[in-house]
Amino acid sequence: MDILSTKEMTRKEMLEVLDHARSVEQGTSLSGEVLGLLFFEPSTRTKMSFTSAMKRLGGDVVDMGSVESSSVKKGETLADTVRVVEGYADALVIRHPREGSARLASEFVDAPVINAGDGAGQHPTQTLLDLYTMREEVDEDLGSLHVGVMGDLKYGRTVHSLSLALAKFDTRLSFVSPSELRLPENVRRELEGSGVEFREVEDVEGVVDDLDVLYVTRIQKERFPEEREYERIAHSYRVSSDSLEDAGDVRVMHPLPRVDEIDPDLDDTEHALYFRQAHNGVPVRMAILDMVLGGSG
Amino acid sequence: MEELRIRPIRDGTVIDHIERGRALEVLKILGVDSSTRDVVSVAMNVSSEKMGAKDVVKVEGREIGSTETDIIALIAPEATVNVVREYEVTEKYVVSMPDEITGVLTCPNPSCITNGGEPVETSFEVEDDGELRCSYCDEVLEDEVAEYIS
Repeated sequence: MDILSTKEMTRKEMLEVLDHARSVEQGTSLSGEVLGLLFFEPSTRTKMSFTSAMKRLGGDVVDMGSVESSSVKKGETLADTVRVVEGYADALVIRHPREGSARLASEFVDAPVINAGDGAGQHPTQTLLDLYTMREEVDEDLGSLHVGVMGDLKYGRTVHSLSLALAKFDTRLSFVSPSELRLPENVRRELEGSGVEFREVEDVEGVVDDLDVLYVTRIQKERFPEEREYERIAHSYRVSSDSLEDAGDVRVMHPLPRVDEIDPDLDDTEHALYFRQAHNGVPVRMAILDMVLGGSG
Repeated sequence: MEELRIRPIRDGTVIDHIERGRALEVLKILGVDSSTRDVVSVAMNVSSEKMGAKDVVKVEGREIGSTETDIIALIAPEATVNVVREYEVTEKYVVSMPDEITGVLTCPNPSCITNGGEPVETSFEVEDDGELRCSYCDEVLEDEVAEYIS
């Protein structure tokens, strides 16, 4: 069983993971199992929460370390790297800068492969913890929600994974971004094909009152040729307790790290869900590992 | 009776009923360029009862493969392939849309893993509407499929 993309997971399969995350307990179900961590790009939350999840289930991890200190630096292909590491681990977690990398890895090894982010492609375990957070903290019925997704919708892989997953629950979606960072064409076509109700706007003010969840993502400076243009755009996609004053009880989520798109004055309000969301990475990844490595499910 | 514009061939392949204006793309799919030594004949804007106007390509001394006909199907779904041996048409079939195209097209996404020097063939799924989607990165190929032939 691989976890490569939310696109190919059914609603039922996603709910199985979310249900299992509710009940999975610390223990020894994965005693003797080893998880291989191959992070070709930096990671804090994903890598640490996978490590924590594996250890809480009695298993262990082996870590490739940074690209700088590995054979990748010598020009080794991903196909070779995963075939070698398969000999050291029972499942592989991969983050890589190129789209489709986890799928390629899965074709070269028999061990389960978990995609922890492939370029601007997918980040399915982040999506599962996002869904878990919405379900536990906002509403059990994901289909009843209206979710706004704001920020860098073009390059943000968490956005792509989340949108396609929510579409399977018929969740109403509003995408809020500057025109330069709208959803990529392939994702828009998938959403159109799914029949989900969605709209794209440039300004959050017109939609925020009606939202149950506002999912904020970081707008990266390097996407803009001029710093002044970045500053102007980033400023208009920032949320604070002031900007949400009249926004009802909308809950704010963010895959983190944030830079300044969420004002810290929101942290102690009822709106803020992002730290709880990050913590949910552990039970959700415990559930995934338990199911993938055969402890359960 | 249709006027004979190109002489019959002894051995080879005749691709008929190509949508008008697509012959040059078909040549690209067949890998016909200045280095080609096969005798190749092209007729464009030939009148056709069925299509109004059509293009025809004849390649002498070569029977084209199923991978090539799969891609021809994407740009000329009405095309018929005639395999000729000793002046006789020994096989005749209409091209058909494949489910998947492997190893022929390059993914236009520079960040796709198939453009990263890995030992892997490209793969595109053919969707119901004829759209091609990279099996690795989900990039959708725009209309001019022939431009992506590697």
